[in-house]
Amino acid sequence: MSDLADLTLAEASRGLRAREFTSVELLEAVHRRAAMTEANLHAYLTLDRDGAARAAVAADSAFKAGTDLGPLQGVPVALKDNMVTRGLETTCSSKILSGYEPPYDGTAVSRLRDGGAVIMGKTNLDEFAMGSSTENSAYGPTRNPWDPDRVPGGSSGGSAAAVAAGSAMVAYGSDTGGSIRQPAAMCGIVGLKPTYGLVSRYGLIAFASSLDQIGPLTRRVEDAVAALEVVGGHDPADSTSYPGPVPDYRSGLESGVSGLRVGVVTELNGEGIEPAVQEAVDRTIARLEAAGATIVPVSLPSLEYALSAYYLIAPAECSANLARFDGVRYGLRRLGENVEEMMSNTRAEGFGPEVTRRILLGTYALSAGYYDAFYGQAQRVRTLIIRDFQAAYEQADVLVSPTSPTTAFPVGERTADPLSMYLSDVCTIPSNMSGDPAISVPVGLDGAGLPIGFQVMAPALGEPVMVRVAAEVERLAGFDARARFASSEVQ
Amino acid sequence: MMAYEPVIGIETHVELTTASKMFCGCPVDFGAPPNTNVCPVCLGLPGALPVVNGTAVEYAMTIGLALNCDIAAHSVFARKNYFYPDMPKNYQISQFDEPLCVDGHLDIDTGDGPVPVGITRVHMEEDTGKSTHIGEGGRIHAATHSLIDFNRAGVPLMEIVSEPDIRSAEQARAFVTELREVVLRLGVSDAKLEEGSMRFDGNISLRPEGTEAFGTKVEIKNMNSIRSLQRALNHEIERQTALLEAGEAVVQETRHWNEETGTTSGMRSKEESFDYRYFPEPDLVPVAVDDEWRERVTARLPELPAQAYGRYLDMGLDGPVAAVISRDVEYGSVFEAAVAAGGTPQMVANWLTGEVTALLRRTESTLAESAINGTALAELSSMVADGTLSASAAKDVLAGVAAGEGTPDEVAASRDLIQVSDSAALEPIVDEVLAANAEAVEKLRAGDGKVVGFLIGQVMRATGGKADPGAVSEIIRSRAG
Repeated sequence: MSDLADLTLAEASRGLRAREFTSVELLEAVHRRAAMTEANLHAYLTLDRDGAARAAVAADSAFKAGTDLGPLQGVPVALKDNMVTRGLETTCSSKILSGYEPPYDGTAVSRLRDGGAVIMGKTNLDEFAMGSSTENSAYGPTRNPWDPDRVPGGSSGGSAAAVAAGSAMVAYGSDTGGSIRQPAAMCGIVGLKPTYGLVSRYGLIAFASSLDQIGPLTRRVEDAVAALEVVGGHDPADSTSYPGPVPDYRSGLESGVSGLRVGVVTELNGEGIEPAVQEAVDRTIARLEAAGATIVPVSLPSLEYALSAYYLIAPAECSANLARFDGVRYGLRRLGENVEEMMSNTRAEGFGPEVTRRILLGTYALSAGYYDAFYGQAQRVRTLIIRDFQAAYEQADVLVSPTSPTTAFPVGERTADPLSMYLSDVCTIPSNMSGDPAISVPVGLDGAGLPIGFQVMAPALGEPVMVRVAAEVERLAGFDARARFASSEVQ
Repeated sequence: MMAYEPVIGIETHVELTTASKMFCGCPVDFGAPPNTNVCPVCLGLPGALPVVNGTAVEYAMTIGLALNCDIAAHSVFARKNYFYPDMPKNYQISQFDEPLCVDGHLDIDTGDGPVPVGITRVHMEEDTGKSTHIGEGGRIHAATHSLIDFNRAGVPLMEIVSEPDIRSAEQARAFVTELREVVLRLGVSDAKLEEGSMRFDGNISLRPEGTEAFGTKVEIKNMNSIRSLQRALNHEIERQTALLEAGEAVVQETRHWNEETGTTSGMRSKEESFDYRYFPEPDLVPVAVDDEWRERVTARLPELPAQAYGRYLDMGLDGPVAAVISRDVEYGSVFEAAVAAGGTPQMVANWLTGEVTALLRRTESTLAESAINGTALAELSSMVADGTLSASAAKDVLAGVAAGEGTPDEVAASRDLIQVSDSAALEPIVDEVLAANAEAVEKLRAGDGKVVGFLIGQVMRATGGKADPGAVSEIIRSRAG
């Protein structure tokens, strides 16, 4: 491997410690890659060259001083632009936050800085993380490194495209209904949504508070584990943060799947899934069985209602979460005759159509007289989903499905039809509703040469068994996308 | 003409005096320069999250327990959604259908025996910031611009909701007075009405006397004193009575009390009322109160006015005096200190509710502002009891003590007010007075006892009030006899 930008995190981490190259050299390689790819991909909204350079120099000094800050020390990392960064513009891809420089770092960001990570900049997303294609960005869409005419998935499309293209070694995203896993699948990389509460949400600009979770996007499963270790763990600033110790994810990575029960979710396989995707998933399941796993079909009947319930709960929470963007204290302000008009003008101009649609949906779902039929009913469905998952995990150690029903779709194909866009998350939404962890691992390409993601789900705090299976899936698939990272391919 | 019975319920907001705000670590400090006690959480910055202040929960439990409420083992915060520029998130974190405290009561007494007023609920929420509107009239709609101070945003606020058990403005006054005393006694708020750390809204409807069904209710806002609450309710009773007598309907609405005109005016009707779209706050987990926590808070509860009242009666105080002292924190603590310093309870209590109160009223000050303390009061009352001070001299001494001139002993000495009871000292003065008032002495000798008072008065005047009237009377009678 000649180009440092194509290293996995584990390789980079080893190379830095062995003094084969410095963090400054690694950053230069990644910056060179970004210079080549950004014009086509638009993965980044902001590249913080000065901040990254300072962090790389500091990481090298720490290495020289013999200080080991952890697996991300000296590694170029990209952050989805809904993670607040002190003094670095944070927009959520929305006009309403144009120019907004937060006065504080979120908890995950602080932990990355403390861990010596080199923060490259902020990546593009669907506005306020609402979308599945990164087309709903006020600053223009991100393209898929495998085919620039296609979307990278979303909403963490910028983070996924950057890792796939080599313009970041590791990226972080947020996953409310699949926003880490679905773009990871479409870009041929690994995306991990941890158990709800495992990574602090303090400093993550909320979309739907009861569903949002920060997680890593990486090239390999073991990289995702390392990246999760740096940001995970209890945070007293987030009341929903899991108070117990972080599990040891690493110990099972090499253990294989022999003796494990792998549940194939009836409702998430087969119907509605593109044949090429289903074939790749079935092939992977067969390989797991050959590797010693017991395959069991598992049914979760309530999943039929998961998407509908999600599209009530998430908009309801977002309608309140986004109320603070009113032009009074920060961000865009459009004056009016009085304060209500100022707020109204600011919000009308500041929010894009999808965000507006979800605020309206959520406001309606919470309105007097409708609450019980909509929001109340959706919460009852959520309880049923949680029970279905609990019952399923009596029969299986992990559950599997495609991550996305399709591979990356063409830019513009679904923007006029929100429902078809929403269906893109049908396989990923259930884990957000239950709060359980899930991971997407690339297992192959379809006929058009587009990557296919395989989803492994586990019960709450079941990350150890989840990554154990995911690592085996990765080994069995033998999928190495690094050929695609080469600069000639993505120009 | 039909007689109408008012049906009144009161909602009271109390700002808690915790060290930090309800959901962040910023200090609660009302004197600070604008926008200095703020952080990402209480400014509602993107990405910030609330964390419940455990002390505020304890304070709220304290209020609930003092009002005889059940404390919920599991209570839930909710978001109350509405847009207002000084509310940073454009939703208020409050409690809705699962509050911390429910089903209590507070007993009031307006002279016809105790009346229990039900407490529906006590719940926790956060305060908003404070707007100053610049331009026409200081109201938001005519303002050219507004300034917002977020220091108050996120200050812990308790809402105490009463049942509609109150039947007159006088009872409403008694209720809020008693509630304020309870809050002060608990030490959870400074409950300053003029500064807004305690505020009331009133709900009032009328119904024909003897009927059960409620009439149409009106909510009254903007009453910033107990007196204005009472005035506003009386005004509303008159207004609604006039409407009903004229055969017109009362409109369900929120009305604004105007202190200057002494009237209420409509703000918004039910049709325009807000839909707050409450839903459970997903950023917070439910508040869990176990038996151990509840019992620990219960054990720390101070004595409440009603309990103190009972104890004072047991100490032998008259009912009215016991009522005054038990309802006022400052009086109560001076009284307790005076008794501890050896004062006779009834005597000390009489001083407090009599002369001390009159003096404070004259000097327009409060007990806390004056230098009167329990030890001084005990000393003063025993000096009167043992004849060291006359009743009139004692009032002067009290004034001196209140003004900070020293202990009663020191004031009496420096103002030369020690009572003279010694016959040897008094006899020459009495003789002089008798000699100068021969006519009165004649009458006395003729059996007219009424002139004794006149003669005593003359001796008192001659001694500058220091003579012991009892001793003087005895000398006069012996001389005239």
